[in-house]
Amino acid sequence: MLTFNRRLFSAMALALGLAATPVMAADVEVRFYYPVAVGGPVTKIIDDYAASFEKEHPGIKIKPVYAGDYVQTLGKALTAVKGGDSPELAILLAADLMTLTDDDAVIPFDDVLKSNADKAWLGGFYPAFMENARVKGKTYGIPFQRSTPVLYWNKDMFKAAGLDPDQGPKNWDEMREFAKKLTKKDASGAVTQWGIEIPSDGNTLWLFTGLTTTNGVRLNNAEGDKVTIDHPKVAEALNYWYNLSKVDGSQPSGLINWGTTPRDFIEGRTAMIWHTTGNLTNVRTNAKFPFGVAFLPKNSQYGAPTGGGNFYMFKGISAEKQAAALTFVQWMTAPERAADWSIKTGYVATQPAAYETAAMKAYTADFQQAIVARDQLQHAVPEVTVHDNQRVTKVFNDAVQAVITGSKSTEAALKDAQRDADRILKEFK
Amino acid sequence: MISSQQTGFIARIINTAAAWLLGLVWLLPLLFAAWAAFHTSANTAKLDFMAPITLSNFATAWASAPFARYFLNTALLVTGILIAQFILCTLAAFAFARLPFRGREALFSLVLIQLIVAPDILLVENYRTIKWLGLVDTLPAIALPYLASAFGIFLLRQTFKTIPTELEDAARVEGCGWFNILWRVYVPLAKPVYLAYGLVSVSWHWNNFLWPLIITNSVENRPLTVGLSVFASLDQGIDWSIITAATLLSSSPLLLGFFLFQRQFVQSFIRAGIR
Amino acid sequence: MNYKPQTTITAWLLVMPAVALLGMFTHVPMIGSVLHSFYSTERPRRPSRFVGLDNYDSMLDDPIFWKALINNLIYALGSVPFSIALALAMALFVNERITGRGFLRLAYFTPTVMPMIAVANIWIFFFTPDYGLIEQVSQFFHLPAHNWLGSTNTALFCVTLVAVWKEAGFFMVFYLAALQQIPNDLKEAARLEGASGWAIFSQITFPLLMPTTLFIMINALINAFRVVDHIFVMTGGGPNNATTVLLFRLYEIGFKYFDHGQASALSVVLLAVLGMIALGQFLLFDRKVHYQ
Repeated sequence: MLTFNRRLFSAMALALGLAATPVMAADVEVRFYYPVAVGGPVTKIIDDYAASFEKEHPGIKIKPVYAGDYVQTLGKALTAVKGGDSPELAILLAADLMTLTDDDAVIPFDDVLKSNADKAWLGGFYPAFMENARVKGKTYGIPFQRSTPVLYWNKDMFKAAGLDPDQGPKNWDEMREFAKKLTKKDASGAVTQWGIEIPSDGNTLWLFTGLTTTNGVRLNNAEGDKVTIDHPKVAEALNYWYNLSKVDGSQPSGLINWGTTPRDFIEGRTAMIWHTTGNLTNVRTNAKFPFGVAFLPKNSQYGAPTGGGNFYMFKGISAEKQAAALTFVQWMTAPERAADWSIKTGYVATQPAAYETAAMKAYTADFQQAIVARDQLQHAVPEVTVHDNQRVTKVFNDAVQAVITGSKSTEAALKDAQRDADRILKEFK
Repeated sequence: MISSQQTGFIARIINTAAAWLLGLVWLLPLLFAAWAAFHTSANTAKLDFMAPITLSNFATAWASAPFARYFLNTALLVTGILIAQFILCTLAAFAFARLPFRGREALFSLVLIQLIVAPDILLVENYRTIKWLGLVDTLPAIALPYLASAFGIFLLRQTFKTIPTELEDAARVEGCGWFNILWRVYVPLAKPVYLAYGLVSVSWHWNNFLWPLIITNSVENRPLTVGLSVFASLDQGIDWSIITAATLLSSSPLLLGFFLFQRQFVQSFIRAGIR
Repeated sequence: MNYKPQTTITAWLLVMPAVALLGMFTHVPMIGSVLHSFYSTERPRRPSRFVGLDNYDSMLDDPIFWKALINNLIYALGSVPFSIALALAMALFVNERITGRGFLRLAYFTPTVMPMIAVANIWIFFFTPDYGLIEQVSQFFHLPAHNWLGSTNTALFCVTLVAVWKEAGFFMVFYLAALQQIPNDLKEAARLEGASGWAIFSQITFPLLMPTTLFIMINALINAFRVVDHIFVMTGGGPNNATTVLLFRLYEIGFKYFDHGQASALSVVLLAVLGMIALGQFLLFDRKVHYQ
């Protein structure tokens, strides 16, 4: 009875004639979901890559599907997987690794790599990017659009404030001092130029990890089942961030939006910002002033989280599609492409070999800013990568936002967050 | 001493001013969108009236996302839903209004539950059902939970009940079966209600967001609202000119329709006796 | 009552398609929500199993749930009275022969026609700190700067404001229709007897509008639990859950964290709230309404 109704139902529904059925072609079709988290005409670049790949590899059709930001893309990919309609590939946060493996949604690339050359290919990436791509020794993610946060500064504003325009702040004290000097107010006391903006609304935890790492504390363990939130060094980092607004008045108060911050910098509303290196090309194209890019200022050490997305391959696709998808991934991450992608966006090229290509050498010859993030890799740590990552990230974000908006004290916020995170991670121990 | 005529006059002025102020505030977002969409982003924040007008934002917005596809999807969706709703609700409303059968009132009460509990509230379960039907990420999947509209049934039943039974008797005398009675007598007399309901349904489903968000994944099946949210969520520098251009593009059919048919819209509500 | 079998069969055939669909997407899911709320979320390593009230325990333990509930109540208490009051004011304005009446009607109703997702983007700009429209106006009047959407104490207010702006115009139409039904002789008679405008309104017009007011009130109340589109765009539920309401939380738990057991429990809570509204409507309508 149930089957009859179901078939009748589906038939009725499809008879409404609104479904768009994909045409079955002889070509192998590889769909991949991708997010856009940085400025610039990224969809066009991806579409161009797909077209070039198809020219070099007739018989494989690539369908890029733009799915929003990282969180939306993860949501769509997982929904598609659970709905029985999974794509072949997706570019998702490296940090969502365990969420994906816990849900048994992705397969390790080791299973798909056949030849020795293929296996050697895995070793060509920067180790810093591979750290949160492996679970139990198997590689699930292939780095594609990786980044670290960096500090951008407006050289003209530095000069006007009597600071050396070629030197960014090297440590926390300098950053604080510079920010105060760079904050300008008009006659009525309203701020016309902010000293610094560290966005707290969007990628909150990622930037916060920049503060905690430079303060010498790690937020999670390698197994991904324990987080450190209620810790004096974490509190110190959070207070430093909050005080820039509350005490110094050199940062806007309340939440600062990730999306509007680069524009604020470009339009001269703020002298310094913390943002992803992935916005470098966007800033370079649009800023009408000379600007510098620096490591995140250190407190007890230099440090930064790696960020960005890896390619993941989904479970349950045919061997033929796996091979096609693998070919595409290898093509997309080849040194020439990695170099090209890095030049067009500002993401860090994922392999040392990419920096040896002619194109990259020419580019970095007169634009040193492009290699700052790569150089920062030596101090980099993986961003927070734990089980049920989205949920735990939200716990961190809520705590940071509670303090930044002045609605909770640092002690209370961190204590509550530790309790909530422990509760979520309990079942994964 | 001010005469009562003068106080009446002053009161009217204040009244009109208040009404106008409210109207302007209400229209402000649309006015701003219109402003920003036709000027470059540098001028957005500054309201410089001498700044040049440009159409480039619309071109950029249109090129940045497959709006043509989104429009097509949305148009197909709302049309399909409307047609299905007209058919299903008319049939059911006729039965509830004019055909006596055991359990009619109880069944009708059950139907009315949907007035309170909309399909959106039951997202999680409805998603499960669609998955079971194998229809995830299709246009019919967006439409299905809404095809049987309790509101439509309620309205039409109420309208049918007001139609004098003599008309039906006369048709029956001429030998009409229930279908012809429905088609020749009831439906034509309920035209204003169909119009009012149609306008409400189209605009509601054109603007529906949450359910389509979770039930569609691919570009082929996204309606405008989901496409717009994906487009506007760029963590990249928010470009207000492009976003407002995209916003105007997405709202334009409804706005146009409303500007052209606003009198009918309001009139049909009134004539339909909706109150 | 004499039920003819022929009629009964016809009737059931006519209602069947609609009732079947309603059953499938309203009634069955309602029961499904309750049933599934007693089972744990299915994970690859561990299939779904009966866990009794565990999901409800976790839910009640979760401070975000309580925040969402309270936020939703504040949101409802904020948006409903204002929507009704403004809708009534608008209808009264537009009903008279006021200058620019057609334009006004347009202005009031336009927000209804635009997709919430689209207009929310515009409102974000209005609320943006430093250079947003509201801040520019404040600066002009030398008022202190404020981060409207980025502060926990004003974010919910902003979101409520946008909801009222969107809905008042729609409700206005219902009042308009009702106002036109009020026979003019009643008002004329009262005026001839020397009643003031306010007296006419409070003693004749408003009581006759009672059914409409109640109808709108129920609708607005239901919408307060149903309309979350603008929250997606404007605040994403933040800052720190200041604008998270029940349905938004349901989306998060069900479609961001894929925790179906919890999501079902939360669905049941939403259903209970709506049930109470329905009950309220049932009781109120039978007592207070003046029907002809």
